[in-house]
Amino acid sequence: MPSYVIQEKCDGCKGGDKTACMYICPNDLMVLDPNAMKAYNQEPDQCWECFSCVKICPTQAIEVRGYADFVPMGSSIMPMMGTEDVMWTCKFRNGLIKRFKFPIRTTPEGAANAYESLKGKDLDSPLLSTQEADGYKLPRPKATI
Amino acid sequence: MALPNKPIGETKAVRDPEVVEKEVDILIVGGGMAACGTAFEVKKWMGDNQTVLLVDKAAMERSGAVAQGLSAINTYIGDNSPDDYVRMVRNDLMGIVREDLIFDLGCYVDDSVHLFEEWGLPIWKKTDDNKNLDGKKGLKMGSLKSGAKPVRTGKWQIMINGESYKRIVAEAAKKALGDANILERVFIVKLLLDANVPNQIAGALGFSVRENKVYIIKCKTMMVACGGAVNIYQPRSVGEGKGRAWYPVWNSGSTYTLCMQVGAELSMMENRFTPARFKDGYGPVGAWFLLFKAKTLNGLGEAFAGSEAAKKELQKYAPYGTAAITPTCLRNHLMLFEMKEGRGPIIMDTVTALAELGKTMDKKELKHLESEAWEDFLDMTCGQANLWCATNTEPEKKNSEVMPTEPYLLGSHSGCCGLWVSGPDYDWIPDAYKIKASNGKIYNRMTTVNGLFTSGDGVGCSGHKFSSGSHAEGRMAAKQMVRYAKDFASYKPALAQSKAELVDIVYKPVRTFLDHCQYTTAVDINPNYIKPEGMMYRLMKATHEYGAGTATYYMTSSKNLEIVMDLLAMMREDGEKLAAGDLHELMRAWEIYHRIWTVEAHLRHIQFRKETRYPGFYYQSDFPGQDDKNWFCFVNSKFDPKAQKWDVFKKDYIKIIPD
Repeated sequence: MPSYVIQEKCDGCKGGDKTACMYICPNDLMVLDPNAMKAYNQEPDQCWECFSCVKICPTQAIEVRGYADFVPMGSSIMPMMGTEDVMWTCKFRNGLIKRFKFPIRTTPEGAANAYESLKGKDLDSPLLSTQEADGYKLPRPKATI
Repeated sequence: MALPNKPIGETKAVRDPEVVEKEVDILIVGGGMAACGTAFEVKKWMGDNQTVLLVDKAAMERSGAVAQGLSAINTYIGDNSPDDYVRMVRNDLMGIVREDLIFDLGCYVDDSVHLFEEWGLPIWKKTDDNKNLDGKKGLKMGSLKSGAKPVRTGKWQIMINGESYKRIVAEAAKKALGDANILERVFIVKLLLDANVPNQIAGALGFSVRENKVYIIKCKTMMVACGGAVNIYQPRSVGEGKGRAWYPVWNSGSTYTLCMQVGAELSMMENRFTPARFKDGYGPVGAWFLLFKAKTLNGLGEAFAGSEAAKKELQKYAPYGTAAITPTCLRNHLMLFEMKEGRGPIIMDTVTALAELGKTMDKKELKHLESEAWEDFLDMTCGQANLWCATNTEPEKKNSEVMPTEPYLLGSHSGCCGLWVSGPDYDWIPDAYKIKASNGKIYNRMTTVNGLFTSGDGVGCSGHKFSSGSHAEGRMAAKQMVRYAKDFASYKPALAQSKAELVDIVYKPVRTFLDHCQYTTAVDINPNYIKPEGMMYRLMKATHEYGAGTATYYMTSSKNLEIVMDLLAMMREDGEKLAAGDLHELMRAWEIYHRIWTVEAHLRHIQFRKETRYPGFYYQSDFPGQDDKNWFCFVNSKFDPKAQKWDVFKKDYIKIIPD
């Protein structure tokens, strides 16, 4: 189910500091043609259909069409990313449309607590830093042979 | 193979790349769940003078197996005990596992899950009257850490809204480590041993897939966690659809190859995973079995798994086959039995399952149930949702086919191949499970190479960690690496090879290409070299036909193995003639090189183990059935980098936790 880029909508992220789809693709598939200033999927048969490029594209220029070798034509699924939820529009081949909304995170982006000031005390104990801070006691097997 | 509109590879490779040399105390190779765990934990233990660097082939925000998201966390101990966790994993993996590693992991995994929730991962909760709330509505029930109840599908799994799971985990990891200590889009292709100290890791070698730059990174200690191995067998979809692998298609066996080539001992590489999933789209079946209580039917409409014949078959594999939860491989075995007898295809009866659940539900609850079914795919296997749309499949009206996939190698899911590592230094753990470093000390999760650690898919004999366990294991390794770097503070890594020699190793495919590409009119057809794509098909064809791929219903034999070993030896030789014209292709060249070595290890182990330990995952036709008398043991192997020789041998299994 390779991703494809819509000519008209892609501006090569020329206003940004990086080409978003190229930055994110876990398999290094999305590349920018610097002459055309358009991105494209350079190896569609290695696309995992993870939708990372679709979700990150600032101009919604990227969509996905089913793999040619087993997916009948005419359907689509399209995510719309919000800060707290994702909204999916699923279009069936027969025209039926279903919409689903799911939470994606419960904190603002960038707010994950990395415990940057937490310092572990006992390097020789088996406890992780947060376990040590919590006073956690590691269990032992209830019985051994 | 689709014809690209434009020539592939925008970044052409040059003969002489820039060289970047770095030296740090601690090097993290990988950026997935395990490496993110290490990144989160490591600085909390590091001294002021210690240094760290993380190197990821992709971008951490969406790299590794959780890139797409997940709809469940499959390991959360909660009210269960680590002892029972060991029992579950042991039974699923047919008895032979490292109980020390599994128990140990069970003591840490929940701490990572609690962090995920604090960071913003939505986790479903139970209300006081036993209703399910999604991760957002469930916030009012409080956090898991404060005692709120998760929604359990099985004994160990909890439901999440996990579309952004990896983004959230990576955010904390990157913040904790600091941007200055992270290199993205750099692919490590070789590890380097110390020139003077025997069996001591000294560094890693890699290149940027964005610029013509080779990286030579020296370190005192290192963790390698680059996932499992995918696209090593011919997939069931051979056109565009071969990208729709069940596990992430970019996992190229790097973890195993990198470590084995410096002499790290491997264990249980014969173990593989061939998950039964929704056909073609490879959508997850767990929620369908556990949450929606669906049954699978054969082509005749019979619920074969509960039949008398199935019970009889499972008895052959007692006590595993007769346990309350049938091991994953045996569930496949029953399915394959139906298919081979002509009673296929296997159908997931979604229609009946949803109708049954609907009997006790009002309209709103039913609508929510439908949404849950779709979210299961949309959170982690979007393509399966599209396949349902494309085939006009509404699960309440139309059933879907289930099919066992092509084989995968991994150590964190329902498989257990990987590196032989040290357990922790507790009195209840046998000495045979502890690896002493050169100073006589024991470092949890260290491989048999001093200073070299692994976690997640890299740790052998300890499956069923999944995403949460991999993260926790990465954190455990982080602390041990800091300890190692401190204990060996005066160690100064020295490399045996010159800078020019190292660059030549990494850029060999580029130089081979440039030396010969003018000879023919079509760059992909040239008698002097082989492109990575051609080599990928060659590997897949060989494993498919001889190495117990789907072509033979996962059956191989001693003679077939003999043939495939010959083919692999020639592939390794021809691997010296891989050619890459651009940086993307250079990445593919090194990936296929890693895959070939990993597959060779896999098949050497299958060849050595003269029994069929995992029916449903693979069959050795010369040695059908399990032979507990001779083979109730680990199979380990070691490639000697000096002598360039393999050694495969038995290692004792020691039972620690009683039944």
